[in-house]
Amino acid sequence: MKYVDEFRDPVAAKNLQRKIKELCTKQWSIMEICGGQTHSILKNGIHELLPEEINLIHGPGCPVCVTPVEMIDKAVEIAGREDVIFTSFGDMLRVPGSQKDLLSVKSEGGDVRMVYSPLDAVKIAANNPEKKVVFFAIGFETTAPANAMAVLEAERKGLQNFSILCSQVLVPPAIKALMNSKDVNIQGFLAAGHVCTVMGYWEYVPLAEEFRIPIVVTGFEPVDILEGVYRCVKQLEEGTYFVENQYSRVVTKEGNKAAQALLQKVFRKTDMKWRGMGVIPESGLKLKEEYSDFDAEMVFSTDDIFADEPEICIVGEILKGVKKPIECPAFQKECTPEHPLGAAMVSSEGACSAYFHYFRN
Amino acid sequence: MNEEVFKFSLNCPLPITDYKHVSLAHGGGGSLSKNLIQKIFYPQFENEILLAEGDSAILNGGSKKIAFTTDSYVVNPIFFPGGNIGELAVNGTVNDLAVSGAEPRYISAAFILEEGFPIDELWEIVLSMKEAAKKAGVTIVTGDTKVVDKGKGDKVFINTAGIGFQRDGIDIAPENIRVGDKVIINGNIAEHGIAIMASREGLNFKSPIKSDTAALNGLIQEALDFTNEIHMMRDPTRGGLASSLNEIAEKGGKKILIYEDKLPLAPEAAAACELLGLDPLYLANEGKALFFVGAEQAEGVLQTMRKNPLGKNARIIGEVVEGGASVVMKTKIGSSRIVDMISGEQLPRIC
Repeated sequence: MKYVDEFRDPVAAKNLQRKIKELCTKQWSIMEICGGQTHSILKNGIHELLPEEINLIHGPGCPVCVTPVEMIDKAVEIAGREDVIFTSFGDMLRVPGSQKDLLSVKSEGGDVRMVYSPLDAVKIAANNPEKKVVFFAIGFETTAPANAMAVLEAERKGLQNFSILCSQVLVPPAIKALMNSKDVNIQGFLAAGHVCTVMGYWEYVPLAEEFRIPIVVTGFEPVDILEGVYRCVKQLEEGTYFVENQYSRVVTKEGNKAAQALLQKVFRKTDMKWRGMGVIPESGLKLKEEYSDFDAEMVFSTDDIFADEPEICIVGEILKGVKKPIECPAFQKECTPEHPLGAAMVSSEGACSAYFHYFRN
Repeated sequence: MNEEVFKFSLNCPLPITDYKHVSLAHGGGGSLSKNLIQKIFYPQFENEILLAEGDSAILNGGSKKIAFTTDSYVVNPIFFPGGNIGELAVNGTVNDLAVSGAEPRYISAAFILEEGFPIDELWEIVLSMKEAAKKAGVTIVTGDTKVVDKGKGDKVFINTAGIGFQRDGIDIAPENIRVGDKVIINGNIAEHGIAIMASREGLNFKSPIKSDTAALNGLIQEALDFTNEIHMMRDPTRGGLASSLNEIAEKGGKKILIYEDKLPLAPEAAAACELLGLDPLYLANEGKALFFVGAEQAEGVLQTMRKNPLGKNARIIGEVVEGGASVVMKTKIGSSRIVDMISGEQLPRIC
């Protein structure tokens, strides 16, 4: 397959492996922000190809994993109502809330449907005027434009039965929070290629300067990731710290202006709670007041739902890169993909799930 | 292969013109039930054993060991690219017998119909079952029909059971796999899973991939005629290749190594998996079987299979190696990783 096979080429991978080994003289800790990259690293065994000196830390970039428990509880509450059709991306359905997950709501008779696009949820709303249709709008900058588009499409169609349960988060504030937190030791970042496809990488330039840290915008195929690591190690060895774009076949510095304009039209920035990381200032997106009719939290008045995370789960430390999943006392014991205690065990992008599937002994 | 699948049309005359939909009375055991059976099932599945209309089918036993299996089919949608629930119900049960080393002979068919189900769709399903049974050389000898209230079922569910006679001189079991055995699959993986996924309501996704549903007893017979050195066979249906390999590795207590670059996967299927974020190793197949073959006979089995249209893309995808019970894949880029069992269904990823 074109644009995929070239980036899974064993010869190119071997070359990069050799170049990284030649270059690397010290221990370096590099965080891949994105869960998609974590998944690719473990699925393709990339960690095996890297020299021991390089420690890859799996970052908080899995949208399923960072969505706080109380958002899941809100989703569960709304989805259980008789007059609601609740729609969601597939891997949110098994994320445990404090009591249950959305799949259990479905088995108890709730109308919970998996969709591939928020625009499909808008269609469901148009076809079911007697029902209230809610879409679980989670994710990073990658999913936000389509969610904005769904709201605008519902408005254009004059739909009064469509709303989104919005838990959108942003990458740059999370990088800032990580770098400001005391217990992390990150020396370089691989930034998420698809997030930068939408947003460009101009936002990362001041971060690289402020924290004197190299940031390499990186794709998702094995050769992409190896090249991202290579460029990051090269900067670390040479003592430079700027933003590089490994994923230039897709990403530009400015990003997708039309998508950014959509976000600005529909969303406002807000402080947001991240699972395992707490509240990060200005790190989330909520609907602007003029679109509040489409805000499921307003429509269903869910403000009084709060929840805490299970105590044993160390997802916070995992998402900050302080610990690896295998260091968690619950890993592979109380916590498995069948009975996930934390969200990182649910999504295939979650670090714990990726370790469970590809790295377990 | 797909070109050869018999194409049905609704040109065949509908035998019951008074009823366009299944009613509760069709399951009541009275004259309407009889009507349905005599006008739809009997003429299509026609054979002496069935038409004897006994409470049981009386079969000739013989002296061989009997293989007996059953499976229920609840696929949604019931019509999908490359087939329908009816031929799936016949082929699936035929394959379960064949991979056990048996020659499939007799099939039962029990239908649970939802009130309101269109008779012409039932007709189409029955016609395709007839054709699938003919192709596989099996006879549908007994059956049952029940009708449930609208909303209590989902159009149609079919249960088939199958009886086959065990072939002499072979022993198929996961415990029989040996270090050095080659793992062969008879063609492209993941196609049934993708065809079903793409035709589900609500997924705005089109794919040219068709279900691979097919009866494999002919192909398997040819392989077994070639050599007795086939130690294990399994059809990797639900849960896909990865789940079947894990079951075999665990039961057999051996390590199975597979090669990512040897897995047969159509480019369209690879693209669909990339787009939907699915792993083809976990997607269902309905016309594929895994064969564990002694190393010396592997190439011969491969060549034998390739002469059959259902095996033309057969490949050696791996081997049994020294080590504890596990499945490991050598990736395209030269690293290796565990191939695990899946828990539940694969959920498409967000991004």
